[in-house]
Amino acid sequence: MLSQQLVNGLVLGSTYALFALGFTLIFGVLRVINLTYGFYFSVGAFVALAAARELGANIWVALPLGAVAAGLVAVVADWLLLTRLRRAKAGELASLMVTLGAVLALYSLMAVFIGTDIQRFPFGFVDNSALEFGDVRISTVQILIIGTTLVLVALLFVLLQRTRLGLMIRALAENEDAARLMGINVGLTVAAVSFLSGMLGGAAGVLIGLNFNAIQPFMGEHMMLRGFAVIIIGGLGDIRGALIAGVLLGLLEVLTAGYISSNAREAVAFTILVLTLWFRPVGLFGRAQAKRA
Amino acid sequence: MSRLLATVGAIALGSLLATPVMAQETVTIGAIEILSGPSAAYGTAIKGGLELAMDEINAKGGVLGGKKLALIVEDSAGNKDQAVNAARKLVGRDKVPVVIGPTLSNEMFAVGPVTNGREVVTVGTSTTAKGITEIGPFIFRTSLPESDVVPVTLKTAQEKFGIKKIAMMYANDDAFSKSGFDSMKAAAEELGLEIATIETFGSKDTDFSAQLTKIKGLGVEAITISALVEPISGVVLQARQLGIPDSVRFIGGNGANSPKLGEIAGAAADGLLVGSPWFIAKPDEANRKFVADYKQRNGKDPDQFAAQAYDTMYIVAQAIDRAGAAESDKIRQALYKTDFNGVMGPFTFTEGRDPASNEGVVVLSMKNGRFEILE
Repeated sequence: MLSQQLVNGLVLGSTYALFALGFTLIFGVLRVINLTYGFYFSVGAFVALAAARELGANIWVALPLGAVAAGLVAVVADWLLLTRLRRAKAGELASLMVTLGAVLALYSLMAVFIGTDIQRFPFGFVDNSALEFGDVRISTVQILIIGTTLVLVALLFVLLQRTRLGLMIRALAENEDAARLMGINVGLTVAAVSFLSGMLGGAAGVLIGLNFNAIQPFMGEHMMLRGFAVIIIGGLGDIRGALIAGVLLGLLEVLTAGYISSNAREAVAFTILVLTLWFRPVGLFGRAQAKRA
Repeated sequence: MSRLLATVGAIALGSLLATPVMAQETVTIGAIEILSGPSAAYGTAIKGGLELAMDEINAKGGVLGGKKLALIVEDSAGNKDQAVNAARKLVGRDKVPVVIGPTLSNEMFAVGPVTNGREVVTVGTSTTAKGITEIGPFIFRTSLPESDVVPVTLKTAQEKFGIKKIAMMYANDDAFSKSGFDSMKAAAEELGLEIATIETFGSKDTDFSAQLTKIKGLGVEAITISALVEPISGVVLQARQLGIPDSVRFIGGNGANSPKLGEIAGAAADGLLVGSPWFIAKPDEANRKFVADYKQRNGKDPDQFAAQAYDTMYIVAQAIDRAGAAESDKIRQALYKTDFNGVMGPFTFTEGRDPASNEGVVVLSMKNGRFEILE
């Protein structure tokens, strides 16, 4: 039973990590806590759902479609909401409030157009079977989640460390003015970061929606609380931190529910969050500010 | 000049007098339902049921010898504060004699004290938690409390399938789910079932694997679950994913009694048992007509919430007729004399303002994503 619980925790943790990656990328580079991030999660899921239903797309088409659509929405949302604030060098609080208002409006609009009924991918969209190792079961979707998380993290690292765009993004994260002076097109780089994080959020929405079989406009809202805890515990803007904190949190939650009490589960994330802020405000794996992203 | 003034005065006075006369042409009823947000499906179904009944009543001549019924539906969005504000508006500004709703028990525990304090009759159509009608003498409900439905379900499960050892699950952040669990636990103890474990989750959780893995190791014959339909769907899906065999039946409370369960969970929900005060395939004529009319009007099948709302509108309209005036206290007294036969079956109120009989309860079993009456 312990091994099954560890698998459960690993899968849950991967969903947390996958979700938090894009969120922490936005903060690390753009220095805003962009609460519209949860909305991209819902967008990705719904676009993939529409592709599956209307076009009969399979997962390998629907997943990228959902991710790209969410990325585009993220670019537009960032441009509409934050360009002015960025130009005015407004503080983090201003962007927090603007995006909080915007995300509530976006969820509601989506609910008006799509309705709040829970929807699901067609039966058989992804192979329903599960691998069994003795007592331990892991489903195809769960393998897909863990696999996708690993692939996306690897791609993100390669992009940031090995490409010209990555260099531009890192330069922007270090110092916006210096980056501008070096001839980096800041506007374009900001759009690229928004697109990347929106894509990550959208991909997470597709996979997590698929795993839990429940897609509705507000699905991002609940995830956002966990995502927030994960990126703070991992260190704001720290991608590796988000990955480790996500998996850790998933494992701890599952073990708490399995062996202590399911009532205590909710307390885990937020207790760790508070402890982190008390003892290591830079996050469990936090390094100096300049090394972010 | 003075004649002009007198004329103007007379017209002004006349219009002042005329307004209340005009207003008496209709009797306005207020409703507070969830029309937006994640739980909007419940409120929308209820609104559909209320409006269908209202139109039928109006088409047959209305109430109080020819007055039309009108309905103001306020959106609570599932939020207690918004529900209370809606109640204040309906009572204070619109001066309605009757408030129908709110949708969730959680909301009723916030709204009830307000409307009861203002002595406005409040009739819950979907609030099944324990203690609702104990809020005060103006609070009624037409939904059978779970404490009446759940024992019927559990007893049937025990008799038909020889269930002895169960695990229990419920959402611990929702008054409805907790109270449903309390009824289940009381019923299980009454029937002498062995409770192997009690597990909780949050009503917005999407991952239940930890609890289900634990339950899997305990060798139970059934799992009771008290929550709204969304988390229930998640639980049954993950239970089958984790390899809990089909022979382990889920037994749901009122929240499981929704066609959504089959849509979301599909075959994973097969075998789930639930007790229901109403069922779409109940064969009587009144129900067949209701189902057809509702579907034609709203483009989808009614659910239990629509059915309860539909009957409630009739019960309230008849009480207004018996009261002889659209005055709250008279309607309250008239409600006690309710003797109505609607789509849910025969209906009367107890002294405690709850439905009096559970003889309309049917036990349903999920098969191929649809409920069937358990044979």
